[in-house]
Amino acid sequence: MSQTQLDAPRLVRTQPLLTARNVSKSYGSVPALRNVSASVFPGEVLGIVGESGSGKSTFLRCLNLEETPDAGSYTLDLPDADGNLFDLDRYARRMLCARQIGIVYQNPHLGLLMKHSSSGNVAERLLVAGERRFAVLRDKARAALEASEFPLERMDAPPIELSGGMQQRVQLAKAIALEPALLLLDEPTTGLDVSVQALVLDTLKRLQQERRITMVIVSHDLGVIRTLADRVMVMRRGEVVEAGLADQVFQDPQHAYSQQLVHAKL
Amino acid sequence: MSLKSLTRDWQPMSFGFLDASAKREIRRTSLKAIAVPGCQIPYASREVPMARGWGTGGLQVSCTLITPRTRIKVIDQGADDSVNAASIRRFLARVSGAPTTMDTLEADLIQSRHRIPEEVLQDHQVLVLQVPNPEPLRPVEPNMSLARQMHADADYGRMWLQLYEQIVRSGRVMQGASYPSLVNGRYVMTPSPIPRWDVPKLHMARHLTLLSAGREKRLFAVPPFTRVEPLVFEDVPYRVEDHAGLSCARSGARGFFMNEIPQADGSSSYEISDSELGVKSIRQRDNETVTIGDTWYKNGEMAG
Repeated sequence: MSQTQLDAPRLVRTQPLLTARNVSKSYGSVPALRNVSASVFPGEVLGIVGESGSGKSTFLRCLNLEETPDAGSYTLDLPDADGNLFDLDRYARRMLCARQIGIVYQNPHLGLLMKHSSSGNVAERLLVAGERRFAVLRDKARAALEASEFPLERMDAPPIELSGGMQQRVQLAKAIALEPALLLLDEPTTGLDVSVQALVLDTLKRLQQERRITMVIVSHDLGVIRTLADRVMVMRRGEVVEAGLADQVFQDPQHAYSQQLVHAKL
Repeated sequence: MSLKSLTRDWQPMSFGFLDASAKREIRRTSLKAIAVPGCQIPYASREVPMARGWGTGGLQVSCTLITPRTRIKVIDQGADDSVNAASIRRFLARVSGAPTTMDTLEADLIQSRHRIPEEVLQDHQVLVLQVPNPEPLRPVEPNMSLARQMHADADYGRMWLQLYEQIVRSGRVMQGASYPSLVNGRYVMTPSPIPRWDVPKLHMARHLTLLSAGREKRLFAVPPFTRVEPLVFEDVPYRVEDHAGLSCARSGARGFFMNEIPQADGSSSYEISDSELGVKSIRQRDNETVTIGDTWYKNGEMAG
């Protein structure tokens, strides 16, 4: 399947919040994405699964406007996001991402200033968006950390002194501080032990239910995707090989690779 | 026509030490810097007989602007066997023949490292500040290519983050010198190692300020009547050093920026940092005829 349209559930009648069409990206002669298309509706969680090197993280970075693909279009149904977002200049991308897109990276070093305070990391996002009142920064950082179930008595500790699970919570707080329209999660629980994974997943699930945040989550861990996602996209070698409702893909995978993935066990 | 008629006689050095093309480049760079206030303009910093990082940037600008009639005042600190105000002043006088002065009111060109004089500078005066680290973003973004992108995008959120961190950790802004300031509402600059006390003196000042970093090869400017606003949170006001109540132990001057002199018994005494103003105050106390100009601060408060 070289080009796959991920159809939205028929019951959803709103416009998709996110629409990406025919996104292709190569690193030199190595293709990372080939005509990847996806749409995500408001309040929906799209899970992207696939083996290492399948292009799922590259696709997520494109959605976060960190990467510019060779071809394709990307739109968000938001008042301040007109046209193909890949055509925006660096400044417009930065402002849009600051206000409307939050991201949690697998590696906290990519998303956090490790020697600044945890509350400062959250405040940074608010500062980029133009907030200049110290008391407001403090209150909003506290609220975001509390929503991420971060222990508030440690809110001024730098992430470098925190455990992996706590670092992910700081990233999550930073991502949701401005109540973004879209939350991107790149392997948010990879590298955490199982009990901490469960806690982070619980937090994500609660946030999604309470705030109806639209999420795109990338993971090679099917358990994570099964827990959170409404719909699933399976990627392999830069292509979408199967897409559909989560239950449908997990219970009755159609593509051979999806079957292999679903039935794979240690 | 002989060759001699077309060429000048050999001289041991150019007027003002720098050769004509170097001075031309610095003049052009200065004009660019004045046209875009606060923007760091690169230039080919020349060698001068002083180690880089000791004020070579300011010295090159002074050497460029100096004429035989320019009265020069130099403010610097340092040991007599190294670089200090006295040696820089002697050097400038020697390479230009220009007269020197210690009186702020008499000076046309003031080269300074760490202070702006307490007496108000006028529109005919030029202040040249030696800048060791011209990049205000360096503490928050070590990659200078990214720092330049951040300047281009006016992406200064992390500068405020630095202030946020200081307030969280220490309860107040701890930045003592080189306080980051927004120039003309566009570029953030570091105004050299002047204390917080001196930053408001740059705001809407009548004089031209040129800031030059020789080691980093960057020149920037605050033209006359330009806004210079220290970065502050809306609800945490900018505070200068609390020197309003201190008196100079020598001159009795009060309400100016002081140097703290630790005493053997553990206490401190204070001396006015602008030593020439201190000398004038002593002479005035001794009933000598002396002219003290209008000062930026009155009774420790910045005059409106």
